Amino acid sequence: MSADVVVRIAGLHKSFGHLEVVRGVDMEIQRGEVVVIFGRSGSGKSTVLRCVNFIEDPTEGSIEVSGIRLQGGYRTRRKREQIRQLRLHVGMVFQQFNLFPNMTVLDNVLCAPRCAGESTAEVTKRAKELLDRVGLADKAGEHPIRLSGGQQQRVAIARALAMEPDVMLFDEPTSALDPELTGEVLSVMKSLSTDLHMTMMVVTHEMGFAREVADRMAFFHEGRILEEGTPKELIEAPRHAETRAFLDAVL
Amino acid sequence: MTPVSDTLSDTWERVQLASARVPFRLKVAAVWVVLFALLAFLGNAAQFDTQWIRDNLRYILGGLRYTMVIAVSGIALAIVLALLGSLARISRNPVAYGVAGFYVSFFRGTPLIVQMYLLYLALPPVGRNLALEYQWLPDGFDQALVLDAATAGTIALGLNYGAYMTEIFRAGIQSVAGGQGEAADALGMTYSQKMRKVVLPQAFRVIIPPTGNEFIAMMKDTALVSFLGVTAASAEIFRRAQLVGKHDFKNLEAYVAVALVYWGLTVLFTFFQSRLEKRIGRGYDRAHVARAMQAAGEQGQPHGGGGPG
Repeated sequence: MSADVVVRIAGLHKSFGHLEVVRGVDMEIQRGEVVVIFGRSGSGKSTVLRCVNFIEDPTEGSIEVSGIRLQGGYRTRRKREQIRQLRLHVGMVFQQFNLFPNMTVLDNVLCAPRCAGESTAEVTKRAKELLDRVGLADKAGEHPIRLSGGQQQRVAIARALAMEPDVMLFDEPTSALDPELTGEVLSVMKSLSTDLHMTMMVVTHEMGFAREVADRMAFFHEGRILEEGTPKELIEAPRHAETRAFLDAVL
Repeated sequence: MTPVSDTLSDTWERVQLASARVPFRLKVAAVWVVLFALLAFLGNAAQFDTQWIRDNLRYILGGLRYTMVIAVSGIALAIVLALLGSLARISRNPVAYGVAGFYVSFFRGTPLIVQMYLLYLALPPVGRNLALEYQWLPDGFDQALVLDAATAGTIALGLNYGAYMTEIFRAGIQSVAGGQGEAADALGMTYSQKMRKVVLPQAFRVIIPPTGNEFIAMMKDTALVSFLGVTAASAEIFRRAQLVGKHDFKNLEAYVAVALVYWGLTVLFTFFQSRLEKRIGRGYDRAHVARAMQAAGEQGQPHGGGGPG
């Protein structure tokens, strides 16, 4: 197996009570790769993403990130700490931004490094650089509530980048935004790939972004990957009727 | 339809229209003035001795420091217990969850005055009998569970209010959106970092106003401590009113005086609490600005005073 696999998902199953949402997913994401995951709501795409950093506990199967391999199932005390170690390699951006309203923008970005016990002076410099990268250096002292949705999501991206993660997870990052604000978030995400060669897993319906940035796309259907391939293959020549129907609906 | 009733209803109509021009708040103030006047008239008829109050108010107010010490220590204990209890109530640890559930159930399920007597009079025999039963216990253990009245009362207040406030704190913690905890988890925070930096600061915004109400209620419940027979020297205001009222046979004046002191304290603390409430809302939502401006225009809004019991 390639040494440069950042994320390896093997035999992943996830049930909520009697409802099996993910029914056997295997994926490997190479370093620097951008994978777009799409599919109907309820197809299990977000759940797979949330299992990668154990925001949801996999019912079965294993997750490996940066060489840390963990099985699903019950969390013992030791496993809780292993999960935390794994999470330090994974940045996550949520649909609802989930910025901390009790902190300034800068403190939000500083949150992860500070919690990891890094010294403040150099970390503050890096945090300001990250805010500059997402175009919000002038908002460092503001509270998130004073920012637009697009700005909040860009801060959330900077906050996740401050962890210096090996992979970034994006869970429908533009779905909660007004249409005119999605562009600024998508262009920041694109720059992460072009400038930083960041490894990314992106759940999104933005097919324009997928076509432009993704190396690979995976279409989820009923808890499984129905079809996988390059954007060109999937968008222009989908093999399955379900994929075609879905693309017709969103394009 | 008789002309007489027509004139009557016309007059009533004019009265209503005239009344509509007087601000509502002015009318409410007038009602308060009338109520106070009625009470004053009643007091006068009952030969209310204001001179006696003037002579004895100083002594009664001397108990304020004990009232406040009991209330402040009681609420401090209650806050600590409520914090621990609420964290236990949201934990998956069966021991923590079970102990907290037992605590809340018992102290919400029995009267405060019974809890006071349990601590004051029911604990000492436990210490005595244990000391007799187990010789290996350290010397003086037979006296270890003997508490003085003020201490027993304060601890009982703290335990009792802590049980109610456990539920307030738990609801406050659970009111923090789930996405906040997920974001903290995703950033690799430990449980204690997540609680200290993200969840609790947001929960306190919800918890502080009802905690203020609990403090005001507890301040009034400090009067119950007097039933445990506090010594005259360290008596709080209710005990003092009782003592001088009985001594001079001025029960009417004594109890009215002490009631007015509690009422005044309640109005005072309610005022501080509403100011605090406005302050902590800052920085959270845009509607706050609108509300703050509206509140500024409504200053001096009369409130009935008093939190829930």
